[in-house]
Amino acid sequence: MKTSVIVFPGTNRERDVADVLAAVTGSPAQIVWHGDSEVPQSDLIVLPGGFSFGDYLRCGAMAAHSPIMRDVVAKAKAGVPVLGICNGFQILCETGLLPGILQRNASLKFICKDVWLKVENTQTQYTRRYNQGEVARMICAHGDGNYFADPSTLDRLEGDGRVVFRYCDPKGNVTAEANANGAQRNIAGIADPTGRILGMMPHPENAAEPMLGSVDGRKLFESLLAA
Amino acid sequence: MKARIRITLKNGVLDPQGKAIQNALGSLGFAGVSDVRQGKYIEIDLAATDEAAARAEVDRMCRELLANTVIEDYAFELAKP
Repeated sequence: MKTSVIVFPGTNRERDVADVLAAVTGSPAQIVWHGDSEVPQSDLIVLPGGFSFGDYLRCGAMAAHSPIMRDVVAKAKAGVPVLGICNGFQILCETGLLPGILQRNASLKFICKDVWLKVENTQTQYTRRYNQGEVARMICAHGDGNYFADPSTLDRLEGDGRVVFRYCDPKGNVTAEANANGAQRNIAGIADPTGRILGMMPHPENAAEPMLGSVDGRKLFESLLAA
Repeated sequence: MKARIRITLKNGVLDPQGKAIQNALGSLGFAGVSDVRQGKYIEIDLAATDEAAARAEVDRMCRELLANTVIEDYAFELAKP
């Protein structure tokens, strides 16, 4: 399985995700610079976390219009799975591949802590190794993770099962207290209608080794192999 | 030609930064501030001299990059130098 990780100026989690991809797939990830015009042949494209272009204007807005993204959007539309983590999720929203936007955290504070996610949909390419309703412990590190979309978009996402992860407490209760950033309906991750494009704020790549305190994120990458 | 663009949050979209500014104004002793909404102001110098063409171009800039119309409204005026 060939994977590509896109790097923008200000991206900072590309090595974390490349490490996990190499460990899970057995071959090194291809690192692709934002100024390139084409992503090499890939079975998965990852937009990693960080602060692309210094979060200028809006998080992900500049990256969404960089040269490589034209090809990422084209490949995504042609069926190549695309995973956006944290800043990558923000970029996917800015390109329009996923609906809505990530706003400033309701607390106005940068959040860096463990969070618990309820797996709401196990039919996507990224969640087949999870059980329905399973609680996965991952790590949050963001200032703008407060998911917003208009009510009709939210209803459509819910109705189509496109809400993949929700913030919950360690027992799996989806509560206001467990909502890390004020996201509407506790949304931590959403997919496109095909389940091939996933955007999520927490970092599964930072919850993929026992040394990191959780291995719950590793299954997300292993799910991609379980065709 | 100069474009002066204002980008504001749509009605109904929560503005936590506006709320924080409101709280700070209150703690400075400014009473009677009932709401604060904050936004962005952008100035762009354009080579275009035709106003209709400039208007169409700035509108496209706003829709494609400067504003995210999921949560933001934009308005602009053009001024001759």
